[in-house]
Amino acid sequence: MPDEQQERPDSSDEWAVAQPVSTTTAGPAGPAGPAFSVDVAASKRALADVDHTPGVAKPDPILKADNVVRTFGGLTAVDVDHLEVQRGVITALIGPNGAGKTTLFNLLTGFDRPDSGDWSFNGRSLNRAPAYKVARMGMVRTFQLTKVLSKLTVIENMRVGATGQRGESLLAALFAPLWRSQETDNTERADGLLARFLLDKKREDFAGSLSGGQRKLLEMARSLMTEPELVMLDEPMAGVNPALKQSLLGHVKSLREEGRTVLFVEHDMDMVRDISDWVVVMAQGRIVAEGPPDAVMADPAVIDAYLGAHHDTELTFEAEEQILAEAEAEIEQEAHSNE
Amino acid sequence: MDWNDLLTGSLQQALGPTAAVYCLAAIGLNIHFGYTGLLNFGQAGFMMIAGYAMVTMSTIWGLSLWLGVLLGIVLTIVFALLLGVPTLRLRADYLAIVTIAAAEIIRQVISAAKFSEDLGGQDGLTGFIGPFREVNPFSEPVGIEGVVMWSANDFWVMVIGWGLVAAACLITWLLMRSPWGRVLKSIREDEDAVRSLGKNVYAYKMQSLIIGGMFGALAGLVVTLRSATVGPSFFATDVTFFAYTVLLIGGAARVLGPVAGAVIFYFLITVLDLFFGQATSGANPIIPASIMNDTQASLMRLIFMGLGLMLLMIFRPQGLFGDRRELAIDAR
Repeated sequence: MPDEQQERPDSSDEWAVAQPVSTTTAGPAGPAGPAFSVDVAASKRALADVDHTPGVAKPDPILKADNVVRTFGGLTAVDVDHLEVQRGVITALIGPNGAGKTTLFNLLTGFDRPDSGDWSFNGRSLNRAPAYKVARMGMVRTFQLTKVLSKLTVIENMRVGATGQRGESLLAALFAPLWRSQETDNTERADGLLARFLLDKKREDFAGSLSGGQRKLLEMARSLMTEPELVMLDEPMAGVNPALKQSLLGHVKSLREEGRTVLFVEHDMDMVRDISDWVVVMAQGRIVAEGPPDAVMADPAVIDAYLGAHHDTELTFEAEEQILAEAEAEIEQEAHSNE
Repeated sequence: MDWNDLLTGSLQQALGPTAAVYCLAAIGLNIHFGYTGLLNFGQAGFMMIAGYAMVTMSTIWGLSLWLGVLLGIVLTIVFALLLGVPTLRLRADYLAIVTIAAAEIIRQVISAAKFSEDLGGQDGLTGFIGPFREVNPFSEPVGIEGVVMWSANDFWVMVIGWGLVAAACLITWLLMRSPWGRVLKSIREDEDAVRSLGKNVYAYKMQSLIIGGMFGALAGLVVTLRSATVGPSFFATDVTFFAYTVLLIGGAARVLGPVAGAVIFYFLITVLDLFFGQATSGANPIIPASIMNDTQASLMRLIFMGLGLMLLMIFRPQGLFGDRRELAIDAR
């Protein structure tokens, strides 16, 4: 793997405290998005030269995982030898139900502990880092079953997301002048995000009164309050109506335009094809294929993983007869051998 | 039936020192349960530790009562840490189990005959109240003639007790309008969501447990000062459940919920007590002895309180001052 790419000039701490968002340090030159100086086009181009093999090294990985194994009793839910996620692009993680996608998400974000394995974000090891520290480093996730804070209003949900709040320490909390100005700034930023995600009319409503799709939007908007560099979306389209789906797609793409990296789990193949630059396929806990969407979806290994090996051979009458004859012959043979 | 006696007697209790004690305990539970969603069933344990710490400081070591107050606060923090370290990473029910058990263990240990020389066993300890009563600015009974009247000592405890209630409410209000309070409320709603946003949930739960426990400690101090004695029977498990009742009547997650709850709870329970007491006493009682005698009557208040609590939970689970809008969300 290309080690010289690991140490980026604008890695680690800088972006975590970068506020306002435009003052990040210089990354590769190019038309930088407002949040992070990542040349999206260059990142995409770089992927063109990458092999389509599982666990392949990327030119500029933001996230790397090695030998991550998680077993539940006798079941190996996740067994990933090597995985790299390219910076600045949208990577989809697909696979049949039970493939271990969400478990891998939980492991990478500190919500679950693996039996073994190493993984790092921006070159900093995340081994055994608790979930809140992972989030503070700039790697934020959403949940398959949306987690909104029901009895808080939409704007309060947003405010909770802001990191580094002075008023969140016990002593400072008692004295409003210490945190009021920061609160105003955060509220302003939250209002901007609510407008962008078309939730501004719901500002004062309880989050529990939102529809399923609006909750997905709120969760995504709230995660952006942490100024993440890598956004991990767990099934952002699940239970969302088709009209809203289009707008959600736009929102996910806009994250990439801002220079954020997106890794998402999804079952909706149209969405995967539409927005992802790179697709990683998991089956039975392992990564079985990687590549650009079109290449991956034509990959026999992927089709097998999803549909079983014989899904596309239409059975004619003759073929059926033949299979039957073969089976009978087999039974016969076995009967003979037993005699 | 002396209705006037019924009302004045109840008012006396509703504003009296005991109501202030339960109010303080309920304010602590409000921080735990109302705002953070922590189920602390051992508030009586926090009260007991503080009460005994204050008293033993003067009875065993002969030191100042005020130093005892300080020791009580420190010990409740230690107690909260002991309870919280193993359980706050686990599901909410584990804290409930551990707190109720810990409170009982402490009570059994303190009342054990083995320690009765120092801790007074079942009889408890007395003879520490002097310094507190010496600084009492009131020398005459205080109240409104013909309506309510408290002895000078009781009134002094009331001033301290309700003063602490006011301070506790102010602190609660200040904390809960802040980003810190917002994190607590978020934890109550969904821990994992809060964790995913970069907050150290464990640390916040611990802070909540400590602060609520310290309000419980204040309740323990006030009840000790009011009785001028301290004994294990003051801190039985039902104390915690009365405090929860107070909290639920007023409405959880409301700053003034425990205050309203305490006043209403003590008013109602005294009215019921006096009513059944009068109805079964005298030469020709309203309720004949064949139905209920006066010993049985003294239990009626608890039966009615239980019934009332059930009805409250069914028809108005957000308490008297809760927000109906918030409740509508639970249906989902």
